Amino acid sequence: MTYTAWIILTAALVGLSCGVIGVFLILRKTAMMADAISHTVLLGIVIAYIITREVSGTAMLIGGILAGVFTAFLVQWLHSLRVQHDAAMGIVFTTLFAIGVILIATSVGNAHLDVQHALMGEITFIPFHMITLPIIGAIPEATALLLLVLAVILFFIIAFYKEWKITSFDPALAASLGIPVILMHYLFMGLVSVTTVASFDAVGAIMVVAMLITPAASAYLWTDKLSFMLVLSGSFGVVSAVAGYYIAAWIDTSISGSMAFATGLVFMISFIFSPKHGLISRRVRPAETM
Amino acid sequence: MATPILQVENLSASYRKNTVLHDINFEVNAGSLTGIVGPNGAGKSTLLKTILNLHPSLTGSVKFFGLPFIKAKKRIGYVPQRGSVDWDFPTDALDVVTMGLYGQIGWLRRPSRLHKERAYEALDKMGMADYANRQISQLSGGQQQRVFLARALVQDADFYFMDEPLAGVDAATERAIMTILKELKAIGKTVMVVHHDLQTVEDYFDHVLLLNRTVIKHGRTEQIFTRENIANTYGGNMRWMGEEKRHAVHSIE
Amino acid sequence: MLSILLNSNTGWVLLSTMTLGIAAGTIGCMAYWKRQNLMSDALSHAALPGVVIAFLLIGEKNLLILIIGAAISALIGAFLIQWITTASRISEDSAMGMVLAIFYGFGIMLLTIANRSAGGNQSGLDGFIYGQAAAMVRTDVITMLVLALIVVFIVFIGFKEWKLYLFDGQFAKGIGLSLKGMNTLYTAVLVTTIVIGIQAVGVILMAAMLIIPAVSARYWTQSFKVMILLSAIFGGLAGATGTLISALGSGLPTGPFIVVVGAGFFVISLVLGKEKGILINYLQFKLHQKAQQSNAQTLKQEG
Repeated sequence: MTYTAWIILTAALVGLSCGVIGVFLILRKTAMMADAISHTVLLGIVIAYIITREVSGTAMLIGGILAGVFTAFLVQWLHSLRVQHDAAMGIVFTTLFAIGVILIATSVGNAHLDVQHALMGEITFIPFHMITLPIIGAIPEATALLLLVLAVILFFIIAFYKEWKITSFDPALAASLGIPVILMHYLFMGLVSVTTVASFDAVGAIMVVAMLITPAASAYLWTDKLSFMLVLSGSFGVVSAVAGYYIAAWIDTSISGSMAFATGLVFMISFIFSPKHGLISRRVRPAETM
Repeated sequence: MATPILQVENLSASYRKNTVLHDINFEVNAGSLTGIVGPNGAGKSTLLKTILNLHPSLTGSVKFFGLPFIKAKKRIGYVPQRGSVDWDFPTDALDVVTMGLYGQIGWLRRPSRLHKERAYEALDKMGMADYANRQISQLSGGQQQRVFLARALVQDADFYFMDEPLAGVDAATERAIMTILKELKAIGKTVMVVHHDLQTVEDYFDHVLLLNRTVIKHGRTEQIFTRENIANTYGGNMRWMGEEKRHAVHSIE
Repeated sequence: MLSILLNSNTGWVLLSTMTLGIAAGTIGCMAYWKRQNLMSDALSHAALPGVVIAFLLIGEKNLLILIIGAAISALIGAFLIQWITTASRISEDSAMGMVLAIFYGFGIMLLTIANRSAGGNQSGLDGFIYGQAAAMVRTDVITMLVLALIVVFIVFIGFKEWKLYLFDGQFAKGIGLSLKGMNTLYTAVLVTTIVIGIQAVGVILMAAMLIIPAVSARYWTQSFKVMILLSAIFGGLAGATGTLISALGSGLPTGPFIVVVGAGFFVISLVLGKEKGILINYLQFKLHQKAQQSNAQTLKQEG
């Protein structure tokens, strides 16, 4: 495959994974947890690096997942102590992120791990780190990781589809039916962390938030069916990612920034034109329901 | 008849510094239909939640069928207040009712045609069959409440707890819900309902639990739903309207 | 330590981060009671495109102009969040997340262009993302100080109006306070605090300056006035201490140290705070439980 094809494939994988997982972020009303987790994942990656002293995909993945779940745990804990939920998030993620930045400045000092890279991602470098896998052959490491993560996400979403649905819609009922709501919550936060870590190289810590939230929010304006919302959100993710790449190539600027920008365009179109919940349809038939 | 299937002993619960419930003791017999009545802030919802382990208790014990809650879970159905979920969730009425069966369906399996049929039957029973495929945000308040009740029916529990199912619903829904509650009672199920409208208590429930932070009185409606007991429950903040049965109570919030 | 303070630039920087901490601590209390803690996070990110556009327009790094650009951009972000939330089924936190990330992405697009065309790297625009208090010059500090003082002053003179507005907006309206006016003023004050802080602590950590002192102060008092005072003190102390620590080594970032010091205050407050601190709460719970148990026992003995 060509250099450009690898980049587009990687971008599309980011869009697809984030789009699918993002649907439940929206429905569980935890969109800002994406922001919190994407920042604290940095700390996990830094600590993994300090321990192993190498930039390896596996160590980073494990560090990132642990950091993400730890964040979710801390936020939940503070909230259980009656700290406002969003304040708890704000305290936890800024503090852990700050510790991450300090660690990088004081004890890492390695070119592979600068903050800028982690924040912005650098998708153009991805095809330079090729690994060889059986059957598939040579493939960029980040792309392979994304494929794996996508498979994991799809597995969990499909296998526990009805459990995700009920724990998102009515956790109290789910608990009374014997479904482990808390465990599902942390499993979900784990999945968000995995997706974030895998997308890091490509889009960085902050733009991944756009990829996670915006396609799902756009899809939410088009449909009232959960399964269709998942498909739609995944497609929006892919479309934004690919469109973002071409916008960036066209005006010669940051690819990850353009991808985030493109998700904004998709949302804008949905917000205005969606037949169900768009601005225009609201104008045409205002408040038909109740 | 007199086998208690719910025994609550010395239960207390608090929100932060305030003890909301204290010294709660009562027993409920199988096949009864009980209204939980009391002023605002009396702890009615908290009582349900504490009994069902959704709110931590400070002291005391709760036994269902002689067992702790965890072991009796499957035989208990809970209908939360309508406002406790987001009705903008992308799903339809039939799907919400099917959720009541998720516990029985088990992990890694999808709802079968049979499950869907049972859910449809429950909807039909609540007069909601025509709305099975309607998105839930497009249902009226009363219709949403009926969907919730259908979901409880499909659980096929032995013991139901309902938190204000009649609050803010239309007259038709109120009638439909009460018919179902009486049917449940007729086939030997036990139901406890948080209720806010004193005028209908005598028509709807055979047992009443008068609550104001603790149990003021509990027993058969005709015996304990007296002017004096109600006055005790609501304190001085009430006045009677009309004679005998026709009364309304105004409590200061 | 003394030599650091004597180094004139560090002294100025210290003064500015401390003042910033005080202003942010004060405004943070308002955001806390408006239950809009994360709004500051969204708005600080949303300021980025404005900074870059202002730079591209004037071609040099003039703090006041950049701050104006940042403020306009953040205000547009605030407006969009409000609009999306009211005009569609999208919830507020989703809208905030979107505005935050999309504006930031757009800012990065522009920044890349700025860096390519105008040597923006040297201009120190990157400092706006991560915060580099040490890079501030005297005129920057004066700009910051003036704006921060204006913000604190606005809170100070309208103290009882703010209190009414935050605790009971409807009542405030009833006695003739314009809610719309107060909302506008609140947003203006919030955005000003955010944009003057970006230079020192960066867009990512700015939210912490508003959130952490306010939540910490809540653990020590029930009075709004005392809460604001304490929050301002926590903020100022964190700003000063963080700056001093980062000045000890070369190339250490300022923002992260300020945040970590602030987090230290929070942890202490969380554990020891006299209102709802963990320790007090635990003791209270035990006391309650005991009271209930002995109560039940006496009842049993009587019965």
